[in-house]
Amino acid sequence: MRCRQVIDKISEYIDGELDPELVRELERHLQHCEDCRVVVDTTRKTVEVFCHTEPLPLPNDVHERLNQMFRHSFRKGEPN
Amino acid sequence: MPTHLDNEQSLVAAAQAGDSDAFVTLLNQYSRHIYRVGLSITGNPQDAEDVLQESSLKAYRAIAEFQGNSRFYTWLVRIAVNVALGNLRKRALWKESSLDEPREGEDGSYVPMEIESWGDDPEKACLHNELQHLLAEVIQKLDPKSRTIFTLRDVEKFSIEETAKLLGLSIPVVKTRLLRSRLKLREELTKYFGKDARNAMPTGHR
Repeated sequence: MRCRQVIDKISEYIDGELDPELVRELERHLQHCEDCRVVVDTTRKTVEVFCHTEPLPLPNDVHERLNQMFRHSFRKGEPN
Repeated sequence: MPTHLDNEQSLVAAAQAGDSDAFVTLLNQYSRHIYRVGLSITGNPQDAEDVLQESSLKAYRAIAEFQGNSRFYTWLVRIAVNVALGNLRKRALWKESSLDEPREGEDGSYVPMEIESWGDDPEKACLHNELQHLLAEVIQKLDPKSRTIFTLRDVEKFSIEETAKLLGLSIPVVKTRLLRSRLKLREELTKYFGKDARNAMPTGHR
């Protein structure tokens, strides 16, 4: 496997969805290619940081306007 | 994400029985997640707020139809994604053109520019709210379709198949866009977290 093919397969590799035969080929390549090791590792970390980071609290004014909207809807008696 | 599922089930049941306070309690557990989905997809706070309000109201009106086959949050995010997509379409940012289809070999032409291992984990390298701001900022470097796909798959954890279905795209398109998005975001974050990072945190995040 060449570097270019490793890049093409990174997503499936880090998601654990790559065919086992291709996983073996890719990992053989990683053993001797430092650059690809770095790209695979930092791509995995990129996905992890996005999926693990909790969102910021809702801005106060946004929260207040959301509650206002509900109060308004409830006053109109919709829908329950 | 909140995980008080027992409590959630009783809140859903109460909301379905007409208890509007229960619905608001339920919604408030997830409102910041919905706001983030709206912000990621639409790219601006005003539209994100519109997405939050409109999807909350739609969910409130449709709560009786929620079957409990999925988590309430998943159901709510689906509504929010559809509202956010409507917003993008209205602004002509969601192009249906076949030019958006990936071309044969297009991915192969990608050459990583930033090849540098990261120092500390991002969670250790900066304060939590700095990290949240940074992630919200770099995701906007993707085009609207790519950041929507990335948000659904990698932030909200939908499967590739469900992401494709929600967005009305083919699985290969989703996979190709996801790969490109991950690689692009990797480049961007390496500028901050690479061992010899040249960039300080963006202004205002310290």
